[in-house]
Amino acid sequence: MKTHAMKTRTMNLYRPALPVILAVLLTALTAPNSFAQAKSWQQIPTPPLPAFHPAQPKRIELSNGMVIFLQEDHELPLIDGFARIRGGSHDEPAAKVGLANIFGRVWRTGGTKNQTGDQLDDFLEVRAAKVEASGGPDSTSMSLSCLKGDFDDVFQVFVDLLRNPEFRADKLDLAQKQAYDAISRRNDEIDDIAGRESTKLAYGAENPYARQPEYSTIAAITRQDLLDWHGKYVQPNHMILGIVGDFDSTAMEAKLRAAFESWPRGSDLSDTEVSYTPAKPGYYQIAKEDVNQTSIQMVALGTTRNNPDYYAISVFNQAFGGGFSSRLFNDIRTKRGLAYSVGGGIGTNFGHPGILEFAAATKSQSTVESIKALDEDIDNLKNQPITEQEIKQAKDAILNAFIFRLDSPDKVLGERMTYEFYGYPADWLDKLPAEIQKVTTADVKRVAEKYVHRDQLAVLVVGNTKEFDQPLSSLGTVKEIDITIPPPPAVAK
Amino acid sequence: MKRRSLKLIASVLFLAALAAAQDVASFEKRVTVKKLPNGLTIILCERREAPVFSFFTLVDAGSAQDPMGKTGLAHMFEHMAFKGTDTIGTTNYPAEKLALQKVELSYAAYIAERDKPVGRDEAKLKQLEKTWQDDIAAAQKYVVPNQFGKIIEQNGGRDLNAFTDYDETAYHYSLPANRLELWAYLESDRFLHPVLREFYKERNVVIEERRMRTDSYPIGRLLEQFNAAAFEAHPYHRPTVGWMSDLNSFSATDAEHFFHEYYVPSNMVVAVAGDVNASTAMPILEKYFARLPARSKPDETTTVEPPQNSERRVELKEQTQPLYLEGYHRPGYLSKDDAVYDAITDLMSDGRTSRLYRALVRDKKIAAYSAGFTGLPGIKYPHLFAFYAFPLPGHSTQEVADAIHAEIQRLKTEDISDAELKMIKTRAKANLIRGLADNEGLATNLATYQTRYGDWRELFRSVDRIENVTKADIRRVANATFNDTNRTIGVIETAPPQASAPRGGAQ
Repeated sequence: MKTHAMKTRTMNLYRPALPVILAVLLTALTAPNSFAQAKSWQQIPTPPLPAFHPAQPKRIELSNGMVIFLQEDHELPLIDGFARIRGGSHDEPAAKVGLANIFGRVWRTGGTKNQTGDQLDDFLEVRAAKVEASGGPDSTSMSLSCLKGDFDDVFQVFVDLLRNPEFRADKLDLAQKQAYDAISRRNDEIDDIAGRESTKLAYGAENPYARQPEYSTIAAITRQDLLDWHGKYVQPNHMILGIVGDFDSTAMEAKLRAAFESWPRGSDLSDTEVSYTPAKPGYYQIAKEDVNQTSIQMVALGTTRNNPDYYAISVFNQAFGGGFSSRLFNDIRTKRGLAYSVGGGIGTNFGHPGILEFAAATKSQSTVESIKALDEDIDNLKNQPITEQEIKQAKDAILNAFIFRLDSPDKVLGERMTYEFYGYPADWLDKLPAEIQKVTTADVKRVAEKYVHRDQLAVLVVGNTKEFDQPLSSLGTVKEIDITIPPPPAVAK
Repeated sequence: MKRRSLKLIASVLFLAALAAAQDVASFEKRVTVKKLPNGLTIILCERREAPVFSFFTLVDAGSAQDPMGKTGLAHMFEHMAFKGTDTIGTTNYPAEKLALQKVELSYAAYIAERDKPVGRDEAKLKQLEKTWQDDIAAAQKYVVPNQFGKIIEQNGGRDLNAFTDYDETAYHYSLPANRLELWAYLESDRFLHPVLREFYKERNVVIEERRMRTDSYPIGRLLEQFNAAAFEAHPYHRPTVGWMSDLNSFSATDAEHFFHEYYVPSNMVVAVAGDVNASTAMPILEKYFARLPARSKPDETTTVEPPQNSERRVELKEQTQPLYLEGYHRPGYLSKDDAVYDAITDLMSDGRTSRLYRALVRDKKIAAYSAGFTGLPGIKYPHLFAFYAFPLPGHSTQEVADAIHAEIQRLKTEDISDAELKMIKTRAKANLIRGLADNEGLATNLATYQTRYGDWRELFRSVDRIENVTKADIRRVANATFNDTNRTIGVIETAPPQASAPRGGAQ
């Protein structure tokens, strides 16, 4: 009995990716202990939650600068590992956009000096084990997952890939073909188009967190580029390794020291300068005639999580554009029935600014109506700032759900690795509940005024322009965005 | 056929030993099942990793149960199950109830006029529509919007959601462990006293969901047409979200009828996994869920899809890159060959060692991705085993179809290797273990297996069934299933922009 993702399902609640549902402490909405048959939900007692102090991972720093976290979890006979390595797509040259992504693919599929990638596939799959690599905006990574009895075998592959990858040419060719395919398909769906183009509006089209690979930048990537990338970045002093699962930390530490201690330190890295050049406020349009729904995304530059405003922003986001309780959900979806998917907030990231975004998807015939409705909700923040009651609801939601940040050893490990990677204090999460508690109505009003300016938003509309209720130009000057895909360079790949 | 290397046997034994802590016997100690007098089944699974729990409520009715002319109704009710009860979401239920009754009457009058085949009076229609809208506005005055969801969110609810598919409707979220009683109240109350308030506005939300997932999404457009072609008689031929005209017609009264027929306690399983103590939690759950009135089981009669005797083809000309999909009818999940189909899925599709990846992606370099899977569009009734591929630029859907067919031919004519069979069986065990690692997965699996097999232990036995699959089984099932007369093909071909027609139904 196996089912598949392609199976048709429809979900009730759309969760926007942006307002990262932050979280915090457990304040019990405690009622006196009345254990009779409850007639209404208000009468139901909430006993105090038992104290919960999840084990922290053991941090080890090797003499070569490699940082290791060990997290024991003996529930199941499994071991998982994750190495995060500095250097990602924001560090790649503009002429080779896509390099970090291609590197991530070929790192694993291209095999090691000792074994081809295909041989590794056979070796691992027969053990139901995985070793996979990938490339992201700030980092590349190598992960492993296996039954504990296979750890030594699988770890050997993991180390061999970290130290001795071969980047065989046939797998580079395959990865480039797949990247070509992804480029050719990137205008097929409005969500893809809207997500990509609104990011460019928020950060600037050439910004390394916004720019996209083209056929020419993929074609320009050579095997030597991959070797160079590996030589520069995949060094112990640029790496954080986390292992979680059914092992003994002392024995595991000895194993890891034996494998990595002798690895010489690599040269230091310099930070890549990143500039942010958001698009001019106004209306931007992309026509797509094979749809009956419009994607609306209003964007501006957001901020980072080490901003002291972060806690007030989190409460604002929950109250304004988060779940069932949020203003946008209640107004645009529930009250007006204009959209299934609606939400937004002041986006934040650990390493670089997030995107401030308010978004909705609505039928072509209510496009302008929906933009006006979103505008109204944003404007309303001035006349009717987020109320004390809304703030209490938002804070309770964040604080009561805080435990879900820590409810498994691998989550605890993941949080710690993130703080280590981005240079945040190790106890950053521990402080969150108290900081959220402190947020006042005035704080939320202040961050709304500071970050949310309707007249500074770039409003992107992707849809069937011919069927709009009114032309977008009825709202202001409209700039058409050309998303034609530049053709591949003359020598086809 | 029975020849196995010693090494293979050793490896299987080793895995068996490893998995000892995850077998049925160890779960017997942690799982408590109780069937209440009203017919509802409760499953509690103690997992004391952190003071939280997750639940999964499974209603054994999905869009396959939608009445004729009212497709999308199962999914519509799912949305309404977030609208509250007679005590949640209202300022004055007795008054609201009367107001909602008026809405239904005026809506019925409006629809009767709107759908007159001849002699429709446009002025009267306008008046009737206005009356209906005025009645909606009057009922709205009593609504406390989204109060049900707000209570859950304020109490730390996480991943609050639900889904409807062809076979079932499910509701799920997670809460801190000290909210167990609150949850038991809320979850039972939503099925004890559901109030279908704000129905017609929510219907517009659902219509937007259709536009998003089907009308404006090329693969959604293909799947809808593909299912309609592959199934001619069985309800699997209809979209779960509903046809546009049905969405613009059915009423809250219809949804209430659906609820009364299918949301019957004996048709529901509620599984809870996490930091719960069965001896103290079960009485709490019993207290609240026993409130649901027992009703007779719904009529499960459905048309059986007749055998297909010629190939069918759906071809969409789209402004998108091509896609190839094909499906073959197979029996429902209770078939004795169910595990053989799972084995074929794994062999053909799982990872870079899979046959389709190696043939189409790695060696022939004609597809960006290719896989096969079973369970389209559901599993409960006879359904489809499907294969698909995304052709690389410069390669046609016919090329990938030919390559898929060559791999199917191999399945029919050659035994799979010992190494492949071993890999399939090892992965089945490892996947089972990985699936036990969190409360959400546990609650989902326990409720699903309890519903589908009447016993949650089948979750563990499913691995034994894979263990018993032989090379001959795979050849036999491939020969019986993957034949061109039993095949439906769905393709997207790229059309120039001007050739496209408008999408979707009327609004």
